[in-house]
Amino acid sequence: MGGHDSPEDIAKETRTYLLVFAALAVLTIVTVSVSYLDMNRSQAIVIALFVATIKGGLVAAFFMHLLSEEKLIYSILALTIVFFIALFALPIGTIADAVGEHFTMEGVQHPGEHAAEEGH
Amino acid sequence: MEIPYTVEPRPDTGLYNAKLGIWLFLASEVMLFGALFSTYVILRTGNPNWVQHPMNVPLATLNTMILISSSVTVILSWASLRLGNFARFKAYFTATLLLAGGFMVVKAIEYNQEFTAGLFPWSDNYMAIYFTLTGLHGLHVVGGIVVIGYLLGPGAKMYKTAPEQYTNRVETVGLYWHFVDLVWIFLFPSLYLL
Repeated sequence: MGGHDSPEDIAKETRTYLLVFAALAVLTIVTVSVSYLDMNRSQAIVIALFVATIKGGLVAAFFMHLLSEEKLIYSILALTIVFFIALFALPIGTIADAVGEHFTMEGVQHPGEHAAEEGH
Repeated sequence: MEIPYTVEPRPDTGLYNAKLGIWLFLASEVMLFGALFSTYVILRTGNPNWVQHPMNVPLATLNTMILISSSVTVILSWASLRLGNFARFKAYFTATLLLAGGFMVVKAIEYNQEFTAGLFPWSDNYMAIYFTLTGLHGLHVVGGIVVIGYLLGPGAKMYKTAPEQYTNRVETVGLYWHFVDLVWIFLFPSLYLL
């Protein structure tokens, strides 16, 4: 997006901005309405974040002109996304990680348990 | 000595310097808010007894609409400057400032309701992350109000001497403002609706 576009181009852009605004307003109403529906938590999270992602995408693509930007900005954002994903994945990985947790396999007796049974 | 590349793009980046600067700043902001969102996910998924207080959804919805509207007015103000219509630019930019102020007023009403209900940042994990995220976002709105206010007030003199540079400044603050809107778009469902 430069500062040397023709008035016609700018008028066309303005119409696009207003359409995006209308879409964002409708999607906000959708987000709030869906939250009142009787759904389980995981469904609600998926729908709310899906709609938020569409809204965020519209803002980034049209208002922040990411549809037609310089390659350098795309490179900066790609690097940011990589670190952003790592920021979420690393802590979540620590929760999903089962190392150090006590678990038993069905039908397998541990030596200690066997000795204890014999003692009785 | 004149500061280079305030208007024309640098040949190697294809961008004027302030635009590259604001995008690098926004990248760091993504990490700042990302760290807090990640904290929220960890706190919430790690606590089987998570307490979710009912928040004021109508007020938060109103604030969402206010921020979305301000995103439109800020970009229309930039479009007006590119058309050379300074009067229309001022009208849209003033509307952006008023909407930003309106957002903070609504947020203050909400905070007041929460304090009255005995909900403070130290009440529980949910309130702690709620006040941290919305408070940090509110500080960003205040930052935007300061910059937009400056460009509308004393900073507007630049339009007479260097209109293209001034237009670029408005574009840059616009990018920041859209980011503030973008963060709220994710904060709203995460904190109020889920």
